[in-house]
Amino acid sequence: MSGTFTLNGKAITFEDGQSIIQAALKAGSYIPHLCYHPDFKPHGSCKLCSVTVNGRQTASCTMLAADHMVVESETEVLNDERRALTQMLFVEGNHFCPSCEKSGDCQLQATAYHLGMMDSHYDHFFPNRPLDASHPDFLLDFNRCILCSLCVRASRDVDGKNVFALGGRGIKSHLIVNAKSGKLADTDFSAVDKAADVCPVGVILPKKRGFVVPIGERTFDKQSIDVYIDSRMAKEDR
Amino acid sequence: MDKPKVDHKSYLNPILARYGFQAINLVQILREAQESFGYLHPDAIDYLINKLNVPRTKIEGVASFYSFFYLEPRGKYRVLFSDNITDRMLYNQSLMARLCRNLWVEPGKLSEDGLVSVDFTSCTGMCDQGPAILVNNFAITLLTEQRVDEICDLIRNRVPLALWPPEYFQVMDNIRRKDLLLEDGFVAGAALAAAIKHGPDGMLAEIRASGLRGRGGAGFTTSIKWESCRNAPGEAHYVVCNADEGEPGTFKDRVLLTSYIDKVFEGMTLCGYVIGAQKGLLYLRGEYRYLLDHLNKILVRRRQQNLLGSNIQGKKGFDFDIEIHIGAGAYICGEESALIESLEGKRGTPRNRPPFPVTNGYLNQPTVVNNVETFAATCHIAQKGGAWYAGIGTLKSAGTKVMSISGDCSRPGIYEYPFGVSVRQILEDCGAIDAQAVQASGPSGVTLSDKEFDRIIAFEDIPTAGAFMVFNATRDMFEVARNFVHFFAHESCGFCTPCRVGTSLLRNLMDKLHNGHGSPYDLKEIEKLNNLLLSLSHCGLGHTACNPVLDTINKFRPAYEQRMLHQEFIPAFDLDWSLQAARQMTGRIDSGAHLPDAEDKT
Repeated sequence: MSGTFTLNGKAITFEDGQSIIQAALKAGSYIPHLCYHPDFKPHGSCKLCSVTVNGRQTASCTMLAADHMVVESETEVLNDERRALTQMLFVEGNHFCPSCEKSGDCQLQATAYHLGMMDSHYDHFFPNRPLDASHPDFLLDFNRCILCSLCVRASRDVDGKNVFALGGRGIKSHLIVNAKSGKLADTDFSAVDKAADVCPVGVILPKKRGFVVPIGERTFDKQSIDVYIDSRMAKEDR
Repeated sequence: MDKPKVDHKSYLNPILARYGFQAINLVQILREAQESFGYLHPDAIDYLINKLNVPRTKIEGVASFYSFFYLEPRGKYRVLFSDNITDRMLYNQSLMARLCRNLWVEPGKLSEDGLVSVDFTSCTGMCDQGPAILVNNFAITLLTEQRVDEICDLIRNRVPLALWPPEYFQVMDNIRRKDLLLEDGFVAGAALAAAIKHGPDGMLAEIRASGLRGRGGAGFTTSIKWESCRNAPGEAHYVVCNADEGEPGTFKDRVLLTSYIDKVFEGMTLCGYVIGAQKGLLYLRGEYRYLLDHLNKILVRRRQQNLLGSNIQGKKGFDFDIEIHIGAGAYICGEESALIESLEGKRGTPRNRPPFPVTNGYLNQPTVVNNVETFAATCHIAQKGGAWYAGIGTLKSAGTKVMSISGDCSRPGIYEYPFGVSVRQILEDCGAIDAQAVQASGPSGVTLSDKEFDRIIAFEDIPTAGAFMVFNATRDMFEVARNFVHFFAHESCGFCTPCRVGTSLLRNLMDKLHNGHGSPYDLKEIEKLNNLLLSLSHCGLGHTACNPVLDTINKFRPAYEQRMLHQEFIPAFDLDWSLQAARQMTGRIDSGAHLPDAEDKT
């Protein structure tokens, strides 16, 4: 079974069981998102992919597409809200783009550029989040974590390991690793894990190589995130 | 000095056996483990990982979600002060300061001898007999300076909690007005007998005819919920009673569970009869842990009476039993899908909906989740019929509502009224003179000003879960709202960005106004944040977190305006204030330790 809905006035066809964002990205229409990833079960937590469906606002990653839906994503109100959410994610952690190894490859940064975010607007929380440099091959910089849980899902659902999980509650929510010591070195995490490669920001970083690709030549230096996402989808279809 | 190696196996084994070595009971296992040892020791977690076959991340993720679970030593005596606005109005802050001074302990920290820890906690549901505290999760009411001093002596002398004066732990019902639900003389089994006579379809028809709507606040029509659940395919159906009464200012479920528990269990049982469920679960908030023995005793008695178990009241194939699950300090678990997650031994994060619990609830099976009071009401409908019940109250709100009344009134306690009663009438009955405001249905409800006292308690006007906090003319409504905003920031589950960050930003802005740094700009920021929370949040907590602020801005604007000390924006950051830590460390209080203030500079 399949059907058609409209996104910003454009007709999008979908297969039964597809979410709105799934069908939209497949059709080459970008909806901003951070915790959604086509390879994993949707989480629905970042709320950046919020759209209006027949006038009602909802997250497009957890809402299944249905025939004749009228979906609006590119409205001023929604993009203002997305910008505010992105600003919230920036002030909640410690994001210093100029010194970050992930700068230019970071989806949070790229999304901020895409949404025209010019400042962080809110007062910074400056949380104290110590690094975990225990692992020989990988570094964890929790300062940049946006709690998207992609590493949690990758480790659990693909690697079958449960290396990562969310701990704490509310503004004290944070990433934890599966070891009594709380250190990555004492887990069965390995460089070939899917979880090693899925972080949209700069938390899970490989050691022993830095700035291999110079700033200015990185993913989002060359193309904006809406174009990049489209090319990733196109790659999958091949 | 090497500490002796503690044997965690000996206390964990019986607990694990009781819960069938099943990870689905993790919240209960952790609660009992902590009751045995005082906190969740890393070695105890090692043992649980092994026996439950779950990763450490699962146990630590769950344990760190709930306020009442501790992964580090927290003292032999763990004192938590209820911090609802009604406790504040009864001077809980100075009582806490007194206790901390007496015991030489800082709030939130463990005393150096490891004996005691003291902290605040969200409303413990004792607003009509506050200030209240929890000691090792057992409720103590009516705190006075004298009682604080006595408690300090008991703690210093390491007197076991079981030997503390029993009057400390006395929790009163304070029932002031009775209607049908609180009337005495209910005979256990009478409603079930009536239900069996109706048959499952007939009973459902009576519920439908009664027009009964959920008493948890949202007011969903009970018969639709039961019918959808009954018709949903599944391997098993479940009945869940939501006794996670966490809304600050609400305590009526505590009284129903204490003195009308047969009606509650019987309502659950007849729901099981209607929807074809064999298992019921009652989720009791951790703050009511002291009720557990009482509830279990009643369950045993009801089994003996053949009101639970197999072939109930001789009806062949009518099998049903009830289990009690206890929460661990998380308001969000009052949200039905978060409650189900918690019942399944997980972090209490609200699910993505749809699907709803009626089709995909506990263990992904069709589940009815109803409030304590809703279940109790069904007993009366079984006995006297839906048409009779529909005749009580208003056209759109059938029946009665049990109200929890606290704050500035001379007779706080429990009042039951038919729907349609005016706010003014309630204020008169509870002895509230000079009321300027009422917070109906708690922080997530509505703030009513004295211009609205002729409005009525009913789904069509003021829907409520039952909280009714009264504020007289001397109260500062800004501080009331600020207390509620702190509550939501503390209780946000942290799942979605807007609520996780937004409630904290809102808290910081309200604190900024409180600290005298407010400008009209900040008021606009508060309004913008409220809109974000409202449109983007994942669940009702975020949607309603802004209610008290929006209401008080609209109705008590002078309380905000007197805090707009600056016409131009100034930052929340205050250089002199941030030197506080340095002053404290050096013990300096002289003027030279302060910066010249901003006014002097200009």
